[in-house]
Amino acid sequence: MANQQINSGNPRVDLEYRRKKNAEEMRYQVVSFTLMIFLTLVAFAAVAIEGFTAWFTVPFIILLAFVQVVFQLFYFMHMSHKGHEAPSLFLFSGLGFGLVMVLAFMTIVWW
Amino acid sequence: MSTYAQKKGFGSVIWDYLTTVDHKKIAILYLIAGGFFFLVGGIEAVFIRIQLAVPNNDFVSAGAFNEIITMHGTTMIFLAAMPLLFAFMNAVMPLQIGARDVAFPFVNALGFWLFFFGGVFLNLSWFLGGAPDAGWTSYASLAIHSKGHGIDFYVLGLQISGIGTLIGGINFLVTIINMRAPGMTYMRMPLFTWATFVSSALILFAFPPLTVGLTLMMFDRMFGSNFFITENGGNTIIWEHLFWIFGHPEVYILVLPAFGIFSDVFSTFSRKRLFGYSSMVFATVLIGFLGFMVWAHHMFTTGLGPVANAIFSVATMAIGVPTGIKIFNWLLTMWGGSVKFTTPMYWAFAFIPSFVIGGVTGVMLASAAADYQYHDSYFVVAHFHYVIVGGVVFAVFAATHFYWPKIFGTMLNEKLGKITFWLFFIGFHMTFFVQHFLGLWGMPRRVFTFLPGQGFEMSNLISSIGAAFMSAGVIVLLINVIVTSVKNEKVGNDPWGDGRTLEWSIPSPPPFYNFKQLPLVRGLDPYWLEKMEGKKGMTPAEPLGDIHMPNASFIPFVIAFGLFVAAFGALYNGEKSWAVPVIIIGLLITFGSMLVRSLKDDHGFHIHKEELMDDNDKGVKA
Repeated sequence: MANQQINSGNPRVDLEYRRKKNAEEMRYQVVSFTLMIFLTLVAFAAVAIEGFTAWFTVPFIILLAFVQVVFQLFYFMHMSHKGHEAPSLFLFSGLGFGLVMVLAFMTIVWW
Repeated sequence: MSTYAQKKGFGSVIWDYLTTVDHKKIAILYLIAGGFFFLVGGIEAVFIRIQLAVPNNDFVSAGAFNEIITMHGTTMIFLAAMPLLFAFMNAVMPLQIGARDVAFPFVNALGFWLFFFGGVFLNLSWFLGGAPDAGWTSYASLAIHSKGHGIDFYVLGLQISGIGTLIGGINFLVTIINMRAPGMTYMRMPLFTWATFVSSALILFAFPPLTVGLTLMMFDRMFGSNFFITENGGNTIIWEHLFWIFGHPEVYILVLPAFGIFSDVFSTFSRKRLFGYSSMVFATVLIGFLGFMVWAHHMFTTGLGPVANAIFSVATMAIGVPTGIKIFNWLLTMWGGSVKFTTPMYWAFAFIPSFVIGGVTGVMLASAAADYQYHDSYFVVAHFHYVIVGGVVFAVFAATHFYWPKIFGTMLNEKLGKITFWLFFIGFHMTFFVQHFLGLWGMPRRVFTFLPGQGFEMSNLISSIGAAFMSAGVIVLLINVIVTSVKNEKVGNDPWGDGRTLEWSIPSPPPFYNFKQLPLVRGLDPYWLEKMEGKKGMTPAEPLGDIHMPNASFIPFVIAFGLFVAAFGALYNGEKSWAVPVIIIGLLITFGSMLVRSLKDDHGFHIHKEELMDDNDKGVKA
């Protein structure tokens, strides 16, 4: 772009700031990735271990799946960052409309 | 650029339009294609009214009548109203937000060609063994048993044109979110841009259910599945839900841009800021939101049960509130304004009472208990024609006259415009007002004829005469277009003299890069603001620099053409030996050209600063 804004005359400042930011970001990525692997193992375990009824297993792994989706969206797809307001608005309203339809189908079509 | 002055051959003009990615030229393509389908749908409407003009008429057979009503509805909604509104969105929205084009010009062209080929495919059914005949809603219980290929044409044609609409909507969303000029905050966007934004969001969420429904229908009809076939454990009601989950937002997709057009027309010709701007934005968003929660009001008599009916009934009535906010805001915009009665203002003025009648009958229909009486009668026909013709078609006429100078650089004749208005306005009320009473007297909709002595003769005859008036109005508009184009008197930036928004600050038609320098927006109605401070144009927000532009491309046409070919294969699958190879060839054309697009780098080109400065010296304004 022809008209770029420069905040500081010293390019080092920007670089150091970005390096720090990236390191922080990397830490979040690693932590959430570890957590996701762990949650997946828990989900497998919940199914594999005998003694749990389906009434426990099914809601439990759906809950874990929901947590995974949040990790995926906010840490891996950077939705926690600034400037993602519009995508998250559309994502969540789409989710909302979709769930209303599912609810309607569950209650008035397949009852 | 100097290319504008060059005289171009007919072939090169055609090639230019086949390959264009410029939003203004795509708008013209949408206008021509949508206008053509509007005439086709109009001729079908005239056939319907001729058939019903007198009792026991045999102008068309019962079967042909079913095909005509189906194609009238489908054509008018999908191939006329939507593309015509897309034409104005394409032509005006990027100018209103101060952008040089939409976010994805290539995708914009692709959207048009998909719509176009889908529409052509659907209409080819007339020549290839019969059009669809299960109504525009194509309820599965009827459509599955329809003989011939009519419904297959419906399913495949709408699928293709639906993809075009969907990617068009996404394109508008991205454009409005990302490409607003410096200072153009969300709450400074003109109402037409807001309406484009909300209705694009509705397209984004409403078209996928239609795509799913059409796909299931396609599999049921062409590949032997049983989604909607009750004998084999399917559920035919699911189609109705999927169709209306799409279909109800669809009517808001149509009417919100109409509201946007009228908002801009009202404020321009009342020469006053739109009354209650923020409440207008709020109402637009709220209507969009509520539009998703009411689809089952089309299915009150399906047997959803009293609880579901009550919920959807109340939700439907709630939509009357934001719509009422809008009506009062328009009235108060005119109140105390210095109103100028131009042709667009005639349409806007007539829109208010016409649309309110449609809204009132809408609330009547929303009452589930009463709906058992109105359902499937001419009362419903009268209601939706009042909202769609009185809202959307009036808006399309208003916008045609209002934006014609911005799109083509010439003014439509005002006198002929007003003749169009009076003919159409009188014809419209004559045709549809009596239909309320026909419905209440017991005439069912979608019947191909009626018997004498039931009290329907006089009203049906009046209705048919009204249709003749409407046709005359459209013919006068066509004459107006021809006369104006032949005269070809060019006009300046702001031919109405009262332009408020950014599109009126640049030449008509705008140069292909729209804004030489992006304008600085200092408030709502930015151009009006500058004019009131005695300035001639917008203050630039950036120094003069190189402008990056996309290259023209023939690939969108080829991608859409491939799907068109594949659709013929799918249609004759299992009947003709060439069906499967044709599907494969068609998909190869589509995916092959997508591959070419992906692998070949196309960086566009730059208009250099020097070329832009050259114009400056000749006294051409940015």
